[in-house]
Amino acid sequence: MQRIGVFVCWCGSNIAATVDVQRVAEELKKEPGVVFSADYQYMCSESGQNLIKDAIKEHALTGVVICSCSPRMHENTFRKAAASVGLNPYMVEIANIREQCSWIHKDKATGTEKAIILGRAAIAKVHLNAPLIAGESPVTKRALVIGGGIAGIQTALDIAEAGFEVDIVEKSPTIGGKMAQLDKTFPTLDCSACILTPKMVEAAQQEKIKIYSYSEIDEVKGFVGNFSVKIRRKARYVKEDICTGCGLCTEKCPQKKVPNEFNMGMDNRRAIYIPFAQAVPKVATIDPNYCTMLKTGKCGVCSKICGVKAIDYTQQDEIVEAKYGAIVVATGFNPISPAKFDEFAYSQSPDVVTSLEYERLMNAAGPTNGTLLRPSDGKHPHTIVFVQCVGSRCDGAEKGKPYCSKVCCMYTAKHAMLTREKYPDTDVYVFYIDVRTPGKNFDEFYRRAVEEYNVHYIKGMVGKVVPENGKLKVQAADLLSNEQLHIDADMVVLATAVEPDPSARSLATKLTASMDTNDFFTEAHPKLRPVESPTAGVFLSGMCQGPKDIPETVSQASAAAAKVIGLLVKDKLVGNPCVAHSDELLCNGCSSCEKVCPYGAITYSDKEFRMPDRTTALRRVAAVNPAVCQGCGACTVACPSGAMDLFGFSNNQIMAEVDAICK
Amino acid sequence: MQDKMIARAKELLRDGAVNRVLGWKTGEFVYDITPAVFTSAEELDRDFVFDAFTAANLSKYLVKESKKEGKVLAFLKPCDSYSFQQLIKEHRVDRENVYIVGIPCEGKVDIEALKARGISGITAIEETADAVTVKTVYDEDITVAKQDVLFERCVNCKSKKVVICDEMLGENGEIVDSDRFDAVAKLEAMTPDERFAFWQNELSRCIRCNACRNVCPACTCEKCVFDNVNSGVEHKVAANSFEESLFHIIRAYHVAGRCTDCGECSRVCPQHIPLHLLNRKFIKDMNELYGEYQAGADTETRPPLVNFSMDDCEPSIVYQRGGNA
Repeated sequence: MQRIGVFVCWCGSNIAATVDVQRVAEELKKEPGVVFSADYQYMCSESGQNLIKDAIKEHALTGVVICSCSPRMHENTFRKAAASVGLNPYMVEIANIREQCSWIHKDKATGTEKAIILGRAAIAKVHLNAPLIAGESPVTKRALVIGGGIAGIQTALDIAEAGFEVDIVEKSPTIGGKMAQLDKTFPTLDCSACILTPKMVEAAQQEKIKIYSYSEIDEVKGFVGNFSVKIRRKARYVKEDICTGCGLCTEKCPQKKVPNEFNMGMDNRRAIYIPFAQAVPKVATIDPNYCTMLKTGKCGVCSKICGVKAIDYTQQDEIVEAKYGAIVVATGFNPISPAKFDEFAYSQSPDVVTSLEYERLMNAAGPTNGTLLRPSDGKHPHTIVFVQCVGSRCDGAEKGKPYCSKVCCMYTAKHAMLTREKYPDTDVYVFYIDVRTPGKNFDEFYRRAVEEYNVHYIKGMVGKVVPENGKLKVQAADLLSNEQLHIDADMVVLATAVEPDPSARSLATKLTASMDTNDFFTEAHPKLRPVESPTAGVFLSGMCQGPKDIPETVSQASAAAAKVIGLLVKDKLVGNPCVAHSDELLCNGCSSCEKVCPYGAITYSDKEFRMPDRTTALRRVAAVNPAVCQGCGACTVACPSGAMDLFGFSNNQIMAEVDAICK
Repeated sequence: MQDKMIARAKELLRDGAVNRVLGWKTGEFVYDITPAVFTSAEELDRDFVFDAFTAANLSKYLVKESKKEGKVLAFLKPCDSYSFQQLIKEHRVDRENVYIVGIPCEGKVDIEALKARGISGITAIEETADAVTVKTVYDEDITVAKQDVLFERCVNCKSKKVVICDEMLGENGEIVDSDRFDAVAKLEAMTPDERFAFWQNELSRCIRCNACRNVCPACTCEKCVFDNVNSGVEHKVAANSFEESLFHIIRAYHVAGRCTDCGECSRVCPQHIPLHLLNRKFIKDMNELYGEYQAGADTETRPPLVNFSMDDCEPSIVYQRGGNA
C-alpha cells in the first residue's frame, strides 16, 4: 500500500471561492492509503512547497496528490519539490481542481463535490504509480526554417549568428517573400527593398545558412532534437550551381505571355524567369506550365543562348533528406482575393486594385516603372478611393475573415500619403470602420496623412462601386455626418484582409502542429510562450502565427531564433519517461502499432520464446525505442491484444481513475 | 467437387508437396461439420467431406497449422481466402508453409433454415445450381430452393472470388454486388430507443459461450483480453442479462477494420444472435467515412483505422454522425 499525502491548494480565491478546500482535504484524508492531508493558500509558493517536502520526509510518503491548477502550470514545480527530498517525481499526481472545476462551477457545493471526486481519481492513480526514470536523447545541432520571407530570413540569420547551421526552405524561386514586393515601409517610408535586400544578401553569404529555394517540405519525422525531414527540390530545369543569373535567357525566351506574379499579374514575364533583379539565389527558373520546350519538345532557345550550358530540360524533382534539432515555421501570408466582394467590382474593372497591386503600381520595379497610371488606360488618376477592412472583421466570415488584419490601416495611410506627396493634384479618400494605429510612431504617421497631406478620411463603408464611362462611381456612407456620398473615382484601392499561406495547412499536419480556425498556427501559450508551437521543437515566426507588421515580425523572428538557440546549445535533452512499452508475451506481431506511430518509434523482430508446453517458438514481436517514443499513446489504443501500454498512463491507471470517478 | 478435391489432395500428399490437408469432416450428423486435418489418403477417403454444409471458415486454423513442421494443404472458399489474406497482413500466418487450393462457392446451407421448414432427420444433402435436395431418416426426398435455405451471409454474398491461392479447382468467381448493408441501414433508421431495444432483445440471449470469439478469424490474439487477468475484463460475472453486450461491443471494436465480414460469428452462435451486424455497421461506417475498404482484399493497403491520409474526414464529422446515426 502506498503512503499518500494530499495537498489541496486554495490558489488564493481562484479555487477557494467555489471549492470548500478544507472539506476536500478532510474527505480525501479518508481515502485508503492517504496518511496526510492539508490545504494551503498557495501550494506553489516556497512555503507551500516546503509543506509538501516536510510532509514527504515526516510521513515517509511514497506518493503525492496535489489538488491545484492544471498540470501544465505547476506539475514541474511539484515534481522538482518531491525530487529534492528523494521522492521519485513521477509519484506526484495533479488533480486539476481549478481549470476543470472551480473556474467552471458557480455553486460551491457542486464545485466541492467535484473536487473531491477529482482528488479520489488522482489517489486511485497514485496507488498504481511506479517510479520512472527519464532517458536522454542527443540534439542535432542544425535548424530548419520553413519560409524565406523576412521572418524566415531574420530567424535564420540570428541562429547562424549564434554559430548553428540553418537551412531555409522557400517554395518560390527566390527568398524575400512579400516584403520584396512592397514599395515603401511605414512609418518611416524607407524603401522596402533597400532594407530587405541587404538581409537577403547576408543570408546568401552567411556560411552557416543553406538556402533551398524552389523547394517544399515533403515529410517530417522524428521529434524535438531529432527531426528527419524530406525536402523536395522542385525541378527548375536550370542547374543552380552553374547559372550565373545573367538573365540573357529571360530576354530571349519566345514565350512572352506569362502573368508575372511578382507584379501581381499586371505585366508579363517569360517562361524562363528571374523573379526580380535582387533575387537570391539569382538563378533562372523555367515555368513548366508555360515553357514550350517542356510542353511540346519544340523550342530550346534558352538552352542555345545560355553561355554556361545551365539549362537542363530533363531535370527531375530531387528529394534531400536532412536531420534537424529544431524547426521554425515562417510560412507567411497572402492577401485574400476580393473577387468574392461583388460590391467593389474588382472583377469588372482593372482600375479596382488591391493594396498589394497598388504597391506594385507605385514601385520603380513595377509594371509602370513607378509612375502611378490607371491599369485600364494608362492615364494618371485624379481621384482615388481607398477602402479599408475588405474581408477583415467580417461578421459571418463567409466571404471574409473575423479578425483584424492589423497592417491595413497603416499601409493605407502610407499609400494615401505617398500618393499625395508624389501627385498633389490627386484627391484621396479613405473609407474606414476604425483607424487602428497602436505602435511606435504609428498614430503620428496617420495624423500626418490627415493633417499635412489632407487625405480625406471618412468613417463609413463603401456600399457599391460601379464602373461607368471610364469612371468608377463610388457610393458610400459618411457615418459621422450621416450622409450618402457619391464619388466619381479613377481608381479604387481595396485593403484586402490577410490570410495564412495555403501551404500552411498541410505543413501543420506534417509537423503535428496545431492551428486555429483561421489556419494560423497556435502558440504553446498565447501570452507566455508566443513563439513556440505546442509541438516540442517547432517554433513560429511571422504572419503564420497571426497578422503582424514588419517590426513585430522581425522581433518575433529573433525571439523564435533565441528559443531555437536555447535548444540547440544543449547536448542532450532529458526525455519523457512516460513512453510506451510492449508486453512481448501478449504481442501478436500484427504491426498495428507500427502503422499508427507518428514517430517511427516501433520496430519488429522475430524472437524465440519458451512456450507453456516447453517448446520454443519464433514469434514476431514489437519493441519501442524509448528515446524516440513521445508517449502519445496512439499505439496503446491500436493494439488489439493490449500488449502496448504507456508508463505513467497505463490502461490500468486510467481505468482506476475512471472507476474512482464513477464510484 | 468433393471427389476432385480428394483426388488433388492425395496427389499433393503423394508428391510430398504437403504433408497434411486441412479440410472438413462430418460429425455426428451430416450437417454437423467440423474442420479437420488429414494426413493420409485413407483418412481422406474415409472422412473428407465437401458439400452444402461445409460452411466453416478454415483460415483461422492456419495460424497454428502454418507454424508446424512441413507444408499444409488448405482448401479455401472465397470467404476463407479473404480471412487468410487478412491474417497474412497481420503476420499471423506463414504463407510459405501453406499450399492453398481455391474452391468456388455458391453459398452454404443453414441447417436452421431447413429445420425451420419442418425438415428433420437429414441423412444426406445434394445440391444443384439453385436447389438442394435432402434425404431424411423418414425416407423422404425433399427439394427446396437454395436461395431460401442459405445463410444470410451467402444470400448477401460480397464476393465469389478466391483472392489468394496457389491453384484454383474449378472456375474462380467475381466480386459481386451485394445488399449486405441493407440490414445495417435498417438499424440506422431506427430511433436510438428502438435500436437499444433491438440489441437488448438480441444480446440478452447471449450465454457467453465464446463461440463467436473462438471461431472468428480476426480473433487470433496470443492472449485474448477476455482471458487476460490484467485486462480488468476477464471472467467478469454479468450483473444482468444485458451486460454481455459489453463483451460483444469490445469484440466488435477489436476486430474493426480487420473483420472481413465472413459471418462466422453469427453462423456459430447457438442463440442465433445476428452478431455480424455489429461488425457490418463498422464496415459500413468506415466505407462511408474513409472510402471503400475490404479487409483481406490484399496484403498491402492499410486498414482505415490505422491509416492517415490528408483527406481523412475530420473527427467532428465522425462525432456528429455518432450523435445522429
